[in-house]
Amino acid sequence: MNKEEAFRIHVKKVYRILMLIFTLFVFTIGGLVYYIVNPDSLGFNSSKESVAVIPIEVDDDRIENGIHLKTGLKDADGLMLVVNNCTNCHSSKLVTQNRMSTEGWNATIKWMQETQNLWDLGRNQESIVNYLVTNYPPVGKGRRMVLTDVDWYELEN
Amino acid sequence: MKRRDFVKKTTLSSFAVLIGTELVFGSQMLEGYTPLALQKTDPFKLFDKNPEMIVLNDKPWNIEAQTHLLDDKITPNSSMFVRNNGLLPKAIDHRTWTLTIDGESVKNEKTYTLAELKSKFEKHTYQLTIECGGNGRNEFDPPAKGNQWTVGAVHCASWSGVRLRDVLEDVGIKSNAVYIGFHTIDTHLSNDPNKEVISRGCPMPKAMQDETILAFQMNGKDIPLIHGYPLRLVAGGWPASVSGKWVNRISVRDKIHDGPKMTGASYKVPCDPIAPGEKVRDEDMCIIESMPVKSLITYPKSGAIIKKGTSLNIRGHAWAGELEVIKMEYSIDFGSTWKTDTIEKPSNRLAWQHFSTTIDFPKPGYYEVWARATDSNGNAQPMIVPGWNPKGYLNNASHRIAVKVK
Repeated sequence: MNKEEAFRIHVKKVYRILMLIFTLFVFTIGGLVYYIVNPDSLGFNSSKESVAVIPIEVDDDRIENGIHLKTGLKDADGLMLVVNNCTNCHSSKLVTQNRMSTEGWNATIKWMQETQNLWDLGRNQESIVNYLVTNYPPVGKGRRMVLTDVDWYELEN
Repeated sequence: MKRRDFVKKTTLSSFAVLIGTELVFGSQMLEGYTPLALQKTDPFKLFDKNPEMIVLNDKPWNIEAQTHLLDDKITPNSSMFVRNNGLLPKAIDHRTWTLTIDGESVKNEKTYTLAELKSKFEKHTYQLTIECGGNGRNEFDPPAKGNQWTVGAVHCASWSGVRLRDVLEDVGIKSNAVYIGFHTIDTHLSNDPNKEVISRGCPMPKAMQDETILAFQMNGKDIPLIHGYPLRLVAGGWPASVSGKWVNRISVRDKIHDGPKMTGASYKVPCDPIAPGEKVRDEDMCIIESMPVKSLITYPKSGAIIKKGTSLNIRGHAWAGELEVIKMEYSIDFGSTWKTDTIEKPSNRLAWQHFSTTIDFPKPGYYEVWARATDSNGNAQPMIVPGWNPKGYLNNASHRIAVKVK
């Protein structure tokens, strides 16, 4: 075996090792990518109590033109208290649809605590109710309202 | 620290990061809450609804139709209102679904698979009008609490299933039976597994009617999930809340059923009339049974402008709870004069009836077409909002559309 031949065998060995490492590398990366796409594939995350990481748009509490974008609630004193205490179980739409007096809201909160598992609002209750009666006051409707927001269009008979 | 507590704490603090503020009293929140901020869905795609439907509430889902969407004689799914008290059930397997009949007044408790219900009992199909007890709530003054339905919380689809009566007779009912109460598998808004969302029902005579069915099909297909797949109790003519969705158990009771939304002020009106805003004790409230007479002009859509000298064809539907509509009228002068429309007989009892007419307007200008139905007991729809009640039920005031002639 001459020197040149020994060198060639040596190079082949190195080449094989490199190829092996490269192949392992490709498989590992491939596996990782698969795992990222299908996180349940290995069954590590099957526990129901684990925290899911949910991607969400940045700055979810943006306010534009006086409206809290995420909930549609008006920006005023007490806004975040209402967002954090009144939009967990139900939508803010249920809040803004309803127009009540202080007494009515306090009774509704009591009903939610008695039957719907609402937590104790403590000293925040007054601020929350103030926000609601100030920003969403009842509107007088009488016995029948005038038809409003009519969307006029030409009807061809 | 127990793992559960750790997870809860980390969940809450990650909410704080996501929402940008601490959840006040968040530690008192039950496990399993997903703050609404983290939910985003398109209800129209999700439930196959017409994009012109109006979403009143997205948690729980409450969606109503606009009147012009209800023009079909048999309401398609795309125009059917959605009223939910809780969160939608997940992962329903129709192969393992069972219905259990129990309660004080059954001779023996009995359970059926869906396949058994379908094979053992005769299948019946009916068009049934189902209207939310709170349809029209938005017109009450002072305002009444709850989803502010306008006019679109009503539909009349075709339902197929087996008669509840046939099933109850197969089970064997004691003579002391008074009421049936359904049980469903939806989830309470608080995610508390021990809390039942809604469990209402009806007195035995209503339960034993031909048209009171345990439906497994709507408009000839499997019932959509949002409307009660795989099994829904359908009791036409009564508040829609009697037609329980996702029903897996029916209790035959020896007293008036006392499940959630049967008690307090839910689906009840003052037994004796009261002044607007007046307080009523719970014991002075009576359970709503048959819904009142009502009608909707479904064509044309409000806001039509027509040329002078042309006549206007209108059409719509009328219904009267347990009764039949015997007369349909319209007025274009705010009730000074009424003219009759043509009204068809119902395709079966408790189905809404179709009316139509042609209107000529005397001169150019702004008009409102008002519709008024009269039931077989002689009760007609009022032109103004009827008796105020704390929860804003049973508003059957005349429907009206705006028309311009020029």
